[in-house]
Amino acid sequence: MTLKGYKDLPEGGVITEKGNSALYKTGEWRSMRPNYYPEGCVHCLICWVFCPDSAIKVENGKMLGIDYDHCKGCGICARECPRKEKALQMVKE
Amino acid sequence: MALEIKQVAMTGNEAVANAIKQINPDVIAAYPITPQTDIVQFYSTFVANGLVDTQMVTVESEHSAISATIGASAAGARAMTATSSQGLALMHELLHIASGFRLPIAMPVVNRAVSAPINIHCDHSDTMAALTTGWIQIYGENAQEAYDNMIQAVKIAEDPRVKLPVMVCYDGFITSHAVENLVLLPDEKVKEFVGEYKPTHELFDFDSPVTFGPLVLPDYFSEIKAQQAEAMLAAKEVILEVAKEFEKMSGRKYGYFEGYKLEDAERVIVVMSSTAGTAKAVVNELRAQGEKVGLLKPRVIRPFPAEEYVKALSGAKVVGVMDRAETFSTQGGQLFTELRAAFYEAPERPLMRNYIFGLGGRDTTTAEIRKVFEQLKQDQERGSVDRKVTHLDVRV
Ligand code: SF4
Ligand code: SF4
Repeated sequence: MTLKGYKDLPEGGVITEKGNSALYKTGEWRSMRPNYYPEGCVHCLICWVFCPDSAIKVENGKMLGIDYDHCKGCGICARECPRKEKALQMVKE
Repeated sequence: MALEIKQVAMTGNEAVANAIKQINPDVIAAYPITPQTDIVQFYSTFVANGLVDTQMVTVESEHSAISATIGASAAGARAMTATSSQGLALMHELLHIASGFRLPIAMPVVNRAVSAPINIHCDHSDTMAALTTGWIQIYGENAQEAYDNMIQAVKIAEDPRVKLPVMVCYDGFITSHAVENLVLLPDEKVKEFVGEYKPTHELFDFDSPVTFGPLVLPDYFSEIKAQQAEAMLAAKEVILEVAKEFEKMSGRKYGYFEGYKLEDAERVIVVMSSTAGTAKAVVNELRAQGEKVGLLKPRVIRPFPAEEYVKALSGAKVVGVMDRAETFSTQGGQLFTELRAAFYEAPERPLMRNYIFGLGGRDTTTAEIRKVFEQLKQDQERGSVDRKVTHLDVRV
């Protein structure tokens, strides 16, 4: 994302777009990342329940992987995953 | 067109309360503190008597008073509050928020010493401690100027190029509580002058919702501050435009400062607010004896119009800057250090010395001002100042 200059920013740092926090890539802060191995996953969605950043992608009741643009690498998903050895593992970025 | 002149006898606070009545803001948050209290007290009677449309919110502290004002302003209302001394100090963190949010709040600050020791009388330590909060600061000498500045402040603050809060400062008790003759403008003239408030963003605009006060990290914080600095620069121009328009309506002239017998003055006192009135009397006296003395009374110090001050003082040989607050830098008061810095690039610099005076309401009479002019004269003859910073009229 190219950063705007001060003349192009709304006055006083006001946010004028709805829901634009999705554009903010908090994933850039990460030092550890959860690696997902679909073969070991039982789709219990515990990771989805626990992720504080809504970074677990789910469709039709199936775990699809991690949204690395917003995953901060806190490791909660990997800790709570009942199949942690096989499905989710934290590795260094 | 001749104006209908309404001459009245009022205290400074009553005059300012009347200015606010004519401005008729949407919201006022009120909390009492001496010597500001009777502004909001007068105003509450206006509200009770149905003379204004203002929603008056009584709160439990100045921290809440400015918070409520900020909230109302962000919601899209023309909102105000008033304070003094510890009250302004208690507001401090919110002062940065009002300017950071770019909310055009016009707030009277009746200058009073900040504790300790506890004291209820005038000095400028309250507003001097708020110089870096991003507020415009305008000072008035008497009730008339306080009234006029209050009306101009709204227009300056709300100008789309500015959108910054403004402190309208005048001296506690000396100006706030003494009854003076002054001229009020007709209600409809003030209404027309300040116009309708058009917020840039408002929380209550549900068609285009906004968020005020989001987290801004290192990638954008500097840009937001640069915007504020640019707005402060724009205020320099707007202050003069508004003054011109005000003069057209009222016949009363305003600028960044008032120069009094400055043209050929060799010895000049720089002093703000009510003491400037005392200094004028001494200038008149000494001028009658053929002394080339003058006065510069700063009105605007945020933004700080450095070049204009330098130009106004360029003919002087010795300048005595009088500060009504300590900075404890040991290098003099705020006005002194900023004026001195302004002269850094000037090809010719007058001798400059500083007087810290009138703290905690200590009377500064014509006798003290005369003493200052005498010392300036000795400095001029000697070609150097014998002391950079003097605490005026202090017993040893
Ligand atoms: S918690 Fe583990 S097993 Fe359950 S859906 Fe998430 S990755 Fe798959
Ligand atoms: S590491 Fe944290 S932020 Fe990333 S997906 Fe797992 S729980 Fe969510």
